[in-house]
Amino acid sequence: MIEIFSLAFIQRAAVAGILIGFVTSYYGVFIVQRKLSFLGSGLAHSAFGGAALGILLETEPLWVALPFTIIISILIVYLKEKSKLSGDTSIGILFSLSVALGIIFLSLKKGYTSDAFTYLFGSILSVQKIDLLFSLLLALLSVATFFSQWKKWAYATFDAELAQADRVSVVKDDYLLSILISVTIVVSIKVVGIVLLTAFLVIPAASSRLISSTFYQMTIYSIIIGVLSSFIGLIASIQMDLPTGAVIILIQTVFFIVALILSKK
Amino acid sequence: MGNKAVIVENASIRFGTHNALCKVSFQIEEGDIATVVGPNGGGKSTLLKAILGLVELNSGSIKIFGQEAKQVKRTDIGYVPQIKTLDRSFPALPIELVATGVLGFWPQKFDKKLREICLDALEKVAASHLSKRPLSKLSGGELQRIYLARSIVRKPKLLILDEPATGIDQASEYDLNSLIGKYQEESNATVLMVTHDWEAAYHHADYVLMLNCCQICYAPPKIAFEEKNLRQAFGHIGHKHEMIFGVKRND
Repeated sequence: MIEIFSLAFIQRAAVAGILIGFVTSYYGVFIVQRKLSFLGSGLAHSAFGGAALGILLETEPLWVALPFTIIISILIVYLKEKSKLSGDTSIGILFSLSVALGIIFLSLKKGYTSDAFTYLFGSILSVQKIDLLFSLLLALLSVATFFSQWKKWAYATFDAELAQADRVSVVKDDYLLSILISVTIVVSIKVVGIVLLTAFLVIPAASSRLISSTFYQMTIYSIIIGVLSSFIGLIASIQMDLPTGAVIILIQTVFFIVALILSKK
Repeated sequence: MGNKAVIVENASIRFGTHNALCKVSFQIEEGDIATVVGPNGGGKSTLLKAILGLVELNSGSIKIFGQEAKQVKRTDIGYVPQIKTLDRSFPALPIELVATGVLGFWPQKFDKKLREICLDALEKVAASHLSKRPLSKLSGGELQRIYLARSIVRKPKLLILDEPATGIDQASEYDLNSLIGKYQEESNATVLMVTHDWEAAYHHADYVLMLNCCQICYAPPKIAFEEKNLRQAFGHIGHKHEMIFGVKRND
């Protein structure tokens, strides 16, 4: 059991799992409370368009997916603000466009495109040092926002108008939150995969919501559930020789069921 | 003539092709109570949002204590929003909501001083026993008192309330009006309140702004509630006008 942690790729997988578990469950509380679950899914699929473009251009897919997803997230907020369309409609349009572009980019690529499947389903055991570095930087940035931005994001999540009346720059803060969620998604897709990423953003936060009486508590519990389920899921998947991302989600679901039972008591 | 708390001059707001507010002008002296009445969709809430600096004017101007709305010190204005906009799925305690009135952001943790200030404000609205009950479990009347505590905790010079009586029973409404009156008397604050309750407007206000996108009148209640103004604002008014003059209670 302990021996497996002497393997470098397992060490990298464990650190990546914990860091991604942390950032996704941290931003997840805003996604859940703002009813933006579809945004997480939409941006993850938008990242597919960017990653596919990176594969076509034969460069590191994440370098292309990052600006691509950030631009899509800004366009989603912009379209929602400037048009009469609701947020989920804006997401639906841009997410479909990104996936369509991704399919076209991959079809233009000559030869084998196995990389695309890594981004669709994730591959925590193939995490490289550069992926770890990105995850670590993102985690540090997220910790900084916990002290500087959380209180403003939380206020606007409760009531954007009330926050605005108190001179909180809600629109600017929303753009920042959207950009950081986009970065989180792009950094996470190699580990978790586009298809499963929504679970990481939603299940820990939703479980935590069931057992929390304050938003601060919800944030802390969500992070604990996110980190613990990533770690337990990684070990369980290695022991049982099953796909890691999927096992982590099963563990998250166990936490959700426990929270559901506790909330009924 | 006293100092002016609010000066609105020719304020107009358009949303696309819809005129939400059309050339509205009025002034509220410091320490006065003004109410805004009018039909649904008549621009009442839009006017409040413009005064709070949440909505831009297309033309005209608004001055609060001689300053542009966005320049006014945050703590000079206490705002009680409509409770129907509250997201009851948000995990929060009343004491946290009151703390936003002090801090201007959502609290993470409470120190002793902040807790005392918040409990004191809750005490003033007879709601200290609710400080740790989840917001989702509060009745409309209780919630409205929490919002009032949140707005008065910062001791504002201008108290703005958007339909505080909507969704609460008559006893709670009476309590709420008494609490607002008490704060106004103690602090000599200016009060601007949007209400559908003509009786409260008639009995408590110094001035009534009657609004149906365009300004029907801005006058003391006795003049504002004359039948011609009510008809202009609301069209057919049934027998409600008799109620406000105390002729009948329940037509």
